[in-house]
Amino acid sequence: MAVTFKKETVAEFETIAARYPVRRAALLPALWLAQKEFGWISTDAMVAVSKLVGCSPAQVLEVAEFYTMYQKKKPGKYHLQVCQTIACLLNGSEEIKKVIEQKLHLKPGETTPDGQFSYQPVECLAACHKAPCMQVNDDYHENLTPESTEKLIDDLRKK
Amino acid sequence: MSDFQPQLTKRFETKDGHTLKVFLETGGYASLKNLFAKKPAEIIEEVKASGLKGRGGAGFPAGMKWSFVPQNTGKAVYLVVNADEGEPGTFTDRFSMLYDPHLLLEGIICASYAINCHTSYIYVRGEFVEQINRLNAAIEEAKKANYLGKNIQGSGFDLEVYVHRGAGAYICGEETGLLESLEGKKGQPRIKPPFPAIVGAFGCPTIVNNVKTLSSVPWIVENGAAAYAAIGTKESPGTHVFGLSGHVNQTGYWEMPFGLPMMEFIEKYGKGMKGGKLKAVIPGGSSCPVLTAQECADLTLSYESMRDHKTMFGTGCAIIMNEHTDMAKILKNLTHFYRDESCGQCTPCREGSAWEDRIMKKILSGEATTKELDLMLEIADNMEGKTICVFSSALAFPVRSFIKKFREDFEKYCKPASVAVLEKITAN
Ligand SMILES: Cc1cc2nc3c(=O)[nH]c(=O)nc-3n(C[C@H](O)[C@H](O)[C@H](O)COP(=O)(O)O)c2cc1C
Ligand code: SF4
Ligand code: FES
Repeated sequence: MAVTFKKETVAEFETIAARYPVRRAALLPALWLAQKEFGWISTDAMVAVSKLVGCSPAQVLEVAEFYTMYQKKKPGKYHLQVCQTIACLLNGSEEIKKVIEQKLHLKPGETTPDGQFSYQPVECLAACHKAPCMQVNDDYHENLTPESTEKLIDDLRKK
Repeated sequence: MSDFQPQLTKRFETKDGHTLKVFLETGGYASLKNLFAKKPAEIIEEVKASGLKGRGGAGFPAGMKWSFVPQNTGKAVYLVVNADEGEPGTFTDRFSMLYDPHLLLEGIICASYAINCHTSYIYVRGEFVEQINRLNAAIEEAKKANYLGKNIQGSGFDLEVYVHRGAGAYICGEETGLLESLEGKKGQPRIKPPFPAIVGAFGCPTIVNNVKTLSSVPWIVENGAAAYAAIGTKESPGTHVFGLSGHVNQTGYWEMPFGLPMMEFIEKYGKGMKGGKLKAVIPGGSSCPVLTAQECADLTLSYESMRDHKTMFGTGCAIIMNEHTDMAKILKNLTHFYRDESCGQCTPCREGSAWEDRIMKKILSGEATTKELDLMLEIADNMEGKTICVFSSALAFPVRSFIKKFREDFEKYCKPASVAVLEKITAN
């Protein structure tokens, strides 16, 4: 189903595009706007982005695929991204992953049937001194323990 | 250290230190008076003389890099700030942007003036939403108060600064990958030369500098190169924000002059080892060759000491590991990281990282022989120096240093090569 951007979004995009000497440079910002407006980057969203930026849908696809933060699949209401790189590994990220996988019955890349939670192990989130850590949507949660992770999930569920 | 004055972190604990009001009250934008009183070339000379090295990892002298920008080519010149902070173990740029965004802007103004740039982009990793908001708010304030925009403080100098949000790709921290990403493409590094200083963003001369490099500049412009060079060590002048993560009792970051002994850093700042004696240190990001506890005995936090110990200063954020750390598991973590993050353009990198990771998996599952350790070293040799960017070498270094320095951690998983041959014969 074709999707279209809101008028305000188009206006916001034009302001952003004017910051660059070439319009194509506004492709990453356009994908961010699309993700904000539609929740994720569907094929239809990519077509809308290509029209907005003035490049081919294939070019949008190529870029959207390259960057992990663009959701090519509808994520859960809460997207749990657990850091699995060295500093977090040294401080117990394996257990944090286990808690999420067992409590929510999720494998990496999956979403719960009720659409509440999706889960993705990620690489260094640049909060290594507060390891282990994870990002839930835009928010950082640090110095996690198995207990605090359980509690966090319970709290999010109640929201 | 008694008369040490923090330059990069002095507003980190100050209430509302990120606002223009408090920034100005605490000496912010004071360097601009000296800046605009001098010619751009003089500023470059000043920064050269200060000895300031790039803090993004490679340690290239900042002033010298700026001097490579050709002038009067008729093309625009760009300054692109590397705020991608993706190097495993590195986590301090985030605080510079969060707690002192105006200091970064002040550094951007100084550098832009020196290289004759009128448009600057701050490339921030996509996860740093808070930082992006802070930076945008600071830019807004600075524009209103004429610290950015046209004719800054009556100097005749114009500058616009924009934030560009990344979207999750470690390789975009590499400066030419970053420029590709800024141009709206996949972040695949470019072949050098030409270097960005000659052909960078949008085909124009471009300087890429790290957040900390630029945040260090205002102090130099305000207090002079000699004062800066007097801090720290001869080859590592100035101060830096050093980080500690891993097995220490107190992880965190501290600004101090270069030259502190690593063991003192761990003892005094890290409050000692957690869970056991020191085994290994990755001194400045995942690609820096790992050091044994023994090697750390006379190591100091400086470019020259790291070089003398055949490793690199990198980003100055150290990962500390205790005696119970299984180095094979850590290297597996790294090979996985590099396999995932390789941009895939170069065969030695794409195939090599995947191959190293497969062998590590085999080793950990007890299926490998000691011969495969040697194979890993051979692959590492073929990954180094043969690719478009240094990402590939950045995996070769840890592979080599981990296996050579901690071979017993790997051998304990391996069957001796002779046993494997016997098994094969009896199986047939
Ligand atoms: C794979 C790779 C990742 C990098 N990631 C970063 C990074 O996240 N932040 C950074 O400032 N520099 C990073 N660098 C270094 C940059 O390429 C470049 O050297 C630096 O931005 C130059 O700025 P400086 O001279 O101020 O250090 C990376 C380099 C490589 C090869
Ligand atoms: S070395 Fe690796 S990361 Fe760098 S350009 Fe080649 S494939 Fe990409
Ligand atoms: S290693 Fe997990 S945040 Fe850096």
